[in-house]
Amino acid sequence: MFGSRQCASSGGGISTERMTTRIDRQFTALKAQGRAALVTFMTAGDPDTDTALAILKALPAAGADVIELGMPFTDPMADGPAIQASSQRALKAGQNMKKTLAMVREFRAGDDSTPIVLMGYYNPIYIYGVIKFLADAKSAGVDGLIVVDLPPEEDEELCLPALKAGLNFIRLATPTTDDKRLPAVLANTSGFVYYVSITGITGTAAPDASRVADAVTRIKRHTKLPVAVGFGVKTAEQARAIAQGADGVVVGSALVDALRATLDADGRAGASSVNAVTTLVASLAAGVRAAKRGN
Amino acid sequence: MTVQRQPNSFRTGPDERGHFGIYGGRFVAETLMPQILELEAAYAKAKADPAFKREMDGHLANYVGRPSPLYFAERLTAHLDGAKIYFKREDLNHTGAHKVNNVLGQIMLAKRMGKLRIIAETGAGMHGVATATMCAKFGLQCIVYMGSVDVARQQPNVLRMKALGAKVVPVESGSKTLKDAMNEALRDWVTNVGNTFYCIGTVAGPHPYPMMVRDFQCVIGNETREQIQTLEGRLPNALIACIGGGSNAMGLFHPFLDDKDIDIYGVEAAGHGLNTGMHAASVAGGRPGVLHGNRTYLLMNDDGQINEAHSISAGLDYPGIGPEHAWLNDVGRVTFLSATDTEALAAFQLCCRLEGIIPALEPAHALARVIDIAPNKPKDYLMVLNMSGRGDKDLASVAEHLSAIL
Repeated sequence: MFGSRQCASSGGGISTERMTTRIDRQFTALKAQGRAALVTFMTAGDPDTDTALAILKALPAAGADVIELGMPFTDPMADGPAIQASSQRALKAGQNMKKTLAMVREFRAGDDSTPIVLMGYYNPIYIYGVIKFLADAKSAGVDGLIVVDLPPEEDEELCLPALKAGLNFIRLATPTTDDKRLPAVLANTSGFVYYVSITGITGTAAPDASRVADAVTRIKRHTKLPVAVGFGVKTAEQARAIAQGADGVVVGSALVDALRATLDADGRAGASSVNAVTTLVASLAAGVRAAKRGN
Repeated sequence: MTVQRQPNSFRTGPDERGHFGIYGGRFVAETLMPQILELEAAYAKAKADPAFKREMDGHLANYVGRPSPLYFAERLTAHLDGAKIYFKREDLNHTGAHKVNNVLGQIMLAKRMGKLRIIAETGAGMHGVATATMCAKFGLQCIVYMGSVDVARQQPNVLRMKALGAKVVPVESGSKTLKDAMNEALRDWVTNVGNTFYCIGTVAGPHPYPMMVRDFQCVIGNETREQIQTLEGRLPNALIACIGGGSNAMGLFHPFLDDKDIDIYGVEAAGHGLNTGMHAASVAGGRPGVLHGNRTYLLMNDDGQINEAHSISAGLDYPGIGPEHAWLNDVGRVTFLSATDTEALAAFQLCCRLEGIIPALEPAHALARVIDIAPNKPKDYLMVLNMSGRGDKDLASVAEHLSAIL
């Protein structure tokens, strides 16, 4: 059922190709400019809602092309220490799904083009109510979802309803996703494919650029979707190297760490909190723009 | 939850996607999916292989010491003056608890799959000790994740694991108990997916674990069926077991689920009391949600954030329950009760004094409910309690609470 013809369309299965999203438009525009996208991650509500909103609003001008906004969860099983701690700070400060969606709504009031992808785990969405969540996310201005603990085997839970609601569902492909499994992973994926460059939790080992390029080539044999690469990218130089072979570079833990370094002992924001994140984003953006691309 | 229509058989689950009704499933990161599919295939192959069963039966008899006795608790029965009470003596297994039944099966499977690095999570430490034991016996590397709170309150088991050659990793994240140990084990597995086998200690986690662990633990119920027939010439009237994740309970219950006249009771840990919020009773005080690879009853707040569980018993201190138990609750086949820390301590003392058996605090929770159910039943009402583990490991925490006695 996952024939190559079907997969050569923008994802196969139920697709959102009739209604292009901000994500589709952004990757198309960047392709025309001949460069990769910088995809930045931040946790909603870290270290508090106001500071996080200020960071969110400052990201596009600093050079972020796509924003992943983390929905904090008590038990982030696929995340490393940096993002775990960031989720805990956000929850401690009272972050919840309503506040996260309100942040997106407020961001959208001033920016109608930068795509926002909500990223997290399924339980807070399930408890919020899938249908209500999709409607509220869409109306707030969310463009796509990455839900770490929903593999294709559980597509009926959220992926298919999300596609129906006009949201992209972005799936992770990993080094353990072999050619036999890739079509199933890509079948209902839309927006872009997020290639996790190492097996492991977020923010640990560094990726190897040449192996990453091979993996991107492998994935592109199965899909026309853009492929963004993440997990372990920390510096402008790494971003440049990855951007040579990928359509997007995802940076998460390094930005979360940059923010954490500005917090006081009780985890409260300091005067330089927003600036620390935007400075690193600007440097990463320069790295992405300096990449020489083969395609 | 409303009671669903009763199925013809309660023993046919899960479906091919790992669902028991709405519960179960495979809610894991993509990195783990190929691994879980590989495990599912390897387990199906082993299950169909008579040589696997033969080898397992041999180890169960000669290494674990099975069958475990079905013991008539004569003085407890006289004291409660009602139902006739039997203990299924899983506490007499090598390593002192039922955990070893499952670990043996998983370690044999790991070896077949060529995975020589074993990871496990543990709460009370009994699963960790069982895993360390089997890894020593089969010559495999063993890493056990254990919440730092549990490391402190279960020192004897930490020392046992170390003596057996395992590496014990204290987990400092979150509530520093079993749920966080499981998060950390999952993180290890995601990172070392190629050479590592995750030996889960209970009937929870992504499919096929709830089914596979149940199958390995069913030796408890299968033996009980034969033993009670020999002793009494008939099946029991009731089964009762404590439930954290619920593997000892599932092992006892499952072979009897279709004997519909048998009353089946699962006992959760009510900690300081169900109305205090400081408990580990997922069915009584939780709601369906998704964590650690499966949908099941979980303790959580209104935003879907997981709450910390509280129990004097580290083995029950988990904010969830196995998905098959969740389903058995909803269809009304198993009745879920709970017992507080205080009730468990009282039952612990009674068992020590009347039967000369020091029970683990986990089965002491089930015993606490036997104490109120048994007196209201006739003398020919046969109750089987799963004495799932021995209490030596708990003496230090019991002493803290019962300083006057010990």
